[in-house]
Amino acid sequence: MRVMVLVKATEDSEKGFVPTPEAKEAMEAMGRFNDELRNAGILLDADGLKPSSQGKRVAFDGPRRTVIDGPFAETRELVAGFWLWEVKDMDEAVAWVKRCPNPMPGPSEIEIRPLYEMADWQWESDAGGHGNP
Amino acid sequence: MTAGETQQAIEAIFRIERARLIAGLARLVRNVDLAEELVQDALVIALSEWSRTGVPANPGAWLMTVAKRRAIDAIRRDKMRERKHEEIARELDGDCDGTAEGNEMAMNDDLGDELLGLIFTACHPILSADARAALTLRVIGGLTTDEIARAFLSSEVTIAQRIVRAKRTIGKAGLSFEVPRGAERAARLSSVLEVIYLIFNEGYAATAGDDLVRPSLCLEAQRLGRMLAGLMAEDAEVFGLLALMEIQASRLPARIGPDGALLTLTEQNRARWDQLLIRRGLDALARAEALGGDGPYVLQAALAACHARARSPADTDWPRIAALYDRLRAVMPSPVVDLNRAVAHSMAFGPEAGLRLVDEIADAAALRNYAPLPAARGDFLFRAGRLAEARAEFEAAAKLTRNVREAAFLLARADACG
Repeated sequence: MRVMVLVKATEDSEKGFVPTPEAKEAMEAMGRFNDELRNAGILLDADGLKPSSQGKRVAFDGPRRTVIDGPFAETRELVAGFWLWEVKDMDEAVAWVKRCPNPMPGPSEIEIRPLYEMADWQWESDAGGHGNP
Repeated sequence: MTAGETQQAIEAIFRIERARLIAGLARLVRNVDLAEELVQDALVIALSEWSRTGVPANPGAWLMTVAKRRAIDAIRRDKMRERKHEEIARELDGDCDGTAEGNEMAMNDDLGDELLGLIFTACHPILSADARAALTLRVIGGLTTDEIARAFLSSEVTIAQRIVRAKRTIGKAGLSFEVPRGAERAARLSSVLEVIYLIFNEGYAATAGDDLVRPSLCLEAQRLGRMLAGLMAEDAEVFGLLALMEIQASRLPARIGPDGALLTLTEQNRARWDQLLIRRGLDALARAEALGGDGPYVLQAALAACHARARSPADTDWPRIAALYDRLRAVMPSPVVDLNRAVAHSMAFGPEAGLRLVDEIADAAALRNYAPLPAARGDFLFRAGRLAEARAEFEAAAKLTRNVREAAFLLARADACG
């Protein structure tokens, strides 16, 4: 199964990248963790996201589209980075996440979300299924 | 956490560590069976300890320490062992200073090398291809014998015996569990790649089946391929195989029609191809080409990439495909490659070019009674306007194929010849 592993933002990550010695050390530790993921054959994709101050939102309501500029208020609900993993089950994903070095200087969270798969998209009337767009 | 949840968590950790633990121990005790047993024992101990104390900071090193202690005990108990057991025990005592930290250092250094050594040993050419596949899935992939049996449409007893025999053969040959160096490495690597691709193809051929274990072999092979690419970052063919598997797997969601029949590349809805896997495949291919690769897997991946890049069948770069088949033919001579080459040339340069090439191989023994040969020839003749000859070829092909749907398709093409 594929899971998206989301590193949630913190007040620190929302300030953007600051090249301190601590940040360098944390980056290197994360690099080693990524090597482990790669060597285990589960890493499909990964990237870090810039702070929400550089992001935009588009709000949908019927025919209306409203663009909202960042930063966005609810910091702890924002995403600061992600991985895409191919794992056997959620237990394996949790075991790997527990090995991740602290992603942020202070307390932070990582969220694991399984992706929809082909089999989840079967309509009763349609054996072929509606797959990826 | 409930006891059940703790156990689940420990088992998940164990699945992550298992292959590396077996690899490290097998190199020490020179025995896959014993290594597996020791690792299993370590799990049992972890289950009881960790549910009281919690999971340690480095569970892999903890498990290795425990398993190595058991190895010393086992070797001391077993006076019949061929290796001088005192010597091994001394070696182990020195290696294992009793702390997880000490082992962690030793482990991280050797980890990749040990795992690679185990992969090379499980895929050693002294074993049959089937035995290599079963053993690799067991010790590296962590599949149960039952899962392997279902995957290969075999019985659990057969697979269990195959694995036992393979381990015995490895023991008798006195294999060292080292990664081969020098000239031997290339030959042994091709044996490893062959096994991984065999596992992949077992899964690929089974996409339509009811048992999900079979298609999941593709995932298992991709995982092995990615692992190998992580461990052998300088080998072009490793990336070639990985690219080939990622690109082929990208088509899995599009391969089955509404009636359950397999669809050809031309018939597939390309919007359903997995773009993430295509991108990964193209990246791996670029890496292989940067390493100067032009071996069979790199070339096959390059061929697959030509189709992956084409937004519609009409966009396919046939001259490039024809050129790639010219090169593939040189490194992987086979009548089937020759036939595909003829088809590619016909698409790139016209039906006469295809006819010329297909007539060169028409007498190959391997292609006798091979339906795709008259089917291809029929297609070339049809496009060249030689309808009567084309009709005869389509009818011959329809007689040869055992696939009902394909036969109907070929007969329809024969009818279209008027």
